[in-house]
Amino acid sequence: MSDANSRFEVVVVGAGPAGLAAAAAAAESGRRTLVLDATPWLGGQIWRGREAKGGSGSAKRWLARLQATDAVVARQTTVVAAPRPGVLLAESPEGPREIGWETLILTIGARELFLPFPGWTLPGVVGIGGLQVLVKGGWPLDGKRIVIAGSGPLLFAAGAEYRAAGADVVLIAEQTDLGKLARFGLSLPRLAPRKITQAAQYQASLLGVPYRPGCWAVSAQGADRLEGVTLRSSRRTWTERCDVLATGFGFLPNLELPRLFGCRTANGAAVVDDRQESSQAGIFIAGEPTGIGGEGRALVEGLIAGFSAAGRLERAGRLEKKRRRAMAFSRAMDRAFALREEVRNLASPETLICRCEDVARRDLEKFGDWRAAKLHTRCGMGPCQGRICGGAVEKLYGWDAASNRPPVFPVQIGTLRDPEPGSRGASK
Amino acid sequence: MYGCDVAVVGAGIVGAACASECARAGLSVIVFDRGPVGGGTTAAAMGHVVVMDDSEAQFALTSYSRRLWRDLAAELPAEVHYEACGTLWVAADEEEMAEARRKEEFCRVRGLRAEILDEAALREAEPNLRPGLRGGLLIPDDAVLYPPSAAMFFLGRAPQNKIEFRAGSEVRALNPDGGVILGDGTRISAGLTVNAAGCGSPDLTAGLPVKKRKGHLVVTHRYPGHIRHQIVELGYLKSAHSVSSDSVAFNVQPRANGQMLIGSSRQYGAEHPGVEFGILRRMLERAAMYLPDLGRLVAIRSWAGFRPATPDKLPFIGPSAGNQKIWLATGHEGLGITSSLATGRLLADMVLNRPSEIPVAPYSPARSLLEGKAHG
Repeated sequence: MSDANSRFEVVVVGAGPAGLAAAAAAAESGRRTLVLDATPWLGGQIWRGREAKGGSGSAKRWLARLQATDAVVARQTTVVAAPRPGVLLAESPEGPREIGWETLILTIGARELFLPFPGWTLPGVVGIGGLQVLVKGGWPLDGKRIVIAGSGPLLFAAGAEYRAAGADVVLIAEQTDLGKLARFGLSLPRLAPRKITQAAQYQASLLGVPYRPGCWAVSAQGADRLEGVTLRSSRRTWTERCDVLATGFGFLPNLELPRLFGCRTANGAAVVDDRQESSQAGIFIAGEPTGIGGEGRALVEGLIAGFSAAGRLERAGRLEKKRRRAMAFSRAMDRAFALREEVRNLASPETLICRCEDVARRDLEKFGDWRAAKLHTRCGMGPCQGRICGGAVEKLYGWDAASNRPPVFPVQIGTLRDPEPGSRGASK
Repeated sequence: MYGCDVAVVGAGIVGAACASECARAGLSVIVFDRGPVGGGTTAAAMGHVVVMDDSEAQFALTSYSRRLWRDLAAELPAEVHYEACGTLWVAADEEEMAEARRKEEFCRVRGLRAEILDEAALREAEPNLRPGLRGGLLIPDDAVLYPPSAAMFFLGRAPQNKIEFRAGSEVRALNPDGGVILGDGTRISAGLTVNAAGCGSPDLTAGLPVKKRKGHLVVTHRYPGHIRHQIVELGYLKSAHSVSSDSVAFNVQPRANGQMLIGSSRQYGAEHPGVEFGILRRMLERAAMYLPDLGRLVAIRSWAGFRPATPDKLPFIGPSAGNQKIWLATGHEGLGITSSLATGRLLADMVLNRPSEIPVAPYSPARSLLEGKAHG
């Protein structure tokens, strides 16, 4: 561990907005900093593709801010385990890598929440974010009839992107009702003034697309692939013909790493103090894992974590007001887009909950908790290790589907077996 | 209040088998467990039904139990994933090959199927094993299964009104007059109590020489056909016999769904329940010596668990030495899955004064008192 490229004062796991901000703050404070990410690009899922295009808006600013520092960047590097205190084991293109840290900042983002409903496993039913990734990768949607159903501001952003990629966006169904949306809209000028411009831009690009609050998809139909979706509102139930149904019900904090390190979690999020430090001394957590809040909250929490990790508590403290405002915005979002009971409960007894192990809802019903259900149905024991069904059963039954057994991500056995402590793979 | 004829503490595969056999004989049974069915050692276990011959008594118990598994195979529901894939004992050198021949003769003389494989036959049986291994011994009637579902099946196999399962009920103590005292102080009486609490059994029966022996396992993505048998190195016999130091051995299993389980490790004195990287690495290193392509396969999960081990490597089955109302069915170490059915049958035989198919004396809880530290 004497190798200079394998030991850092501050290691930031995840290079989304929170990670970039944290790494920049730590490096600007003179700490020898490494920021690593599983992807080949910087910016995380939210700024995917921005780096290659030279960036724009806040992505461009934050990428430039990081690049102006001495922070070391490791791409395509996935943390899979913590073999010893103060050491991460990661898989990288050059092979297994051990990375020593004195202070750790976890900025590992969130994942989409998938809620099972009858027909959700048909080809043609996709996650909103997943389809955005395909579109950004150049996947054509020319002439495809798309229904977007789910909850949250992402519905707008996705609709605009799909349309720009040539899709015929038939309908955007937002499960939350108009009253809640209106109250949320009214709170925007106070909580997040810039969101108004953003919303206006999306609205303009979605001109002519029906946006229905208080409406949700109850089932998808089709023989071999999706042919239509049945929707419901307080007034009626009807079917729309479509080629693609994009669903998204919000996000879930990624908590595998915090749990691996024994950091306390509560209500599905990591618990941190006002310096972003977790219950484990020396481990800071920022961004979505502490509570879904989007880019704004991620950036301010990232900065606070970076400054705190560098011991600059006073500098971090100056961001407190911004942080509080970002958290108020998160709470307003949570209230506005809270999932209605009908939506949590769409799965029929035959609906698959665990797609890896083919476990239907009726197989789970007999059990009182996640552990018993998992043991006896093998729900969550497949390749995704409960990343998808875990969120679904949390919403369906209130089960805590936490798992913290290594590896954090599926990994080549060679990586676990024979890590070569060292340096390869680090690049600026 | 008279709760039941038999109170079983522990809903692992051994407790479930005991409960099932007693209930099938007409006794009323309540099973207590602080967790779900099969949530302790059973959940962490590999699920290998294997005849072992460290001693005549071990052979008698495991071969009898394997016969009971084979008899039951047609009745096992799909989720038990019972597969009679056989055990392939691999000999790396001439010394291990001699051991293979000894085992082959041992089995043959006692009427069990066993087949010596030379180097070429071994390659044919398992093409992904590294070249240059000396040969092996195939025990075709051994099997693999998914233990938690087997435990669940045992409980469900008894007549409906004869077994009651109380999940999430912690037993604080065994009542010397029969029955149990729960964590909340509730007393439930019973004609007799079976301590089948595995690693927790010494907490309920003071002085019971059952110690935790930690093990690790790794499960992979699905690679159907990468291996075809449960493959175990014969070097295992050298390492597993050590009762003092940590050891690893090559022991891999093909699951019915194409996944592979990779073991095994043995540690005494390890109390921390989590995965330990040092021993995990040694274990995988050992496995890769036999399956050279292993490093390229993907692991999705690893875990650790504890086996309840006794000084002489034989379980305790029968009334405890000090109290005829408190019975034991524990201490099966790594052979609980294999021996569960025989344990349940033998225990019920003794409870009901039925003749047993094999002698029960070697597993008597009184033995450790008689023999003291002779085996320790």
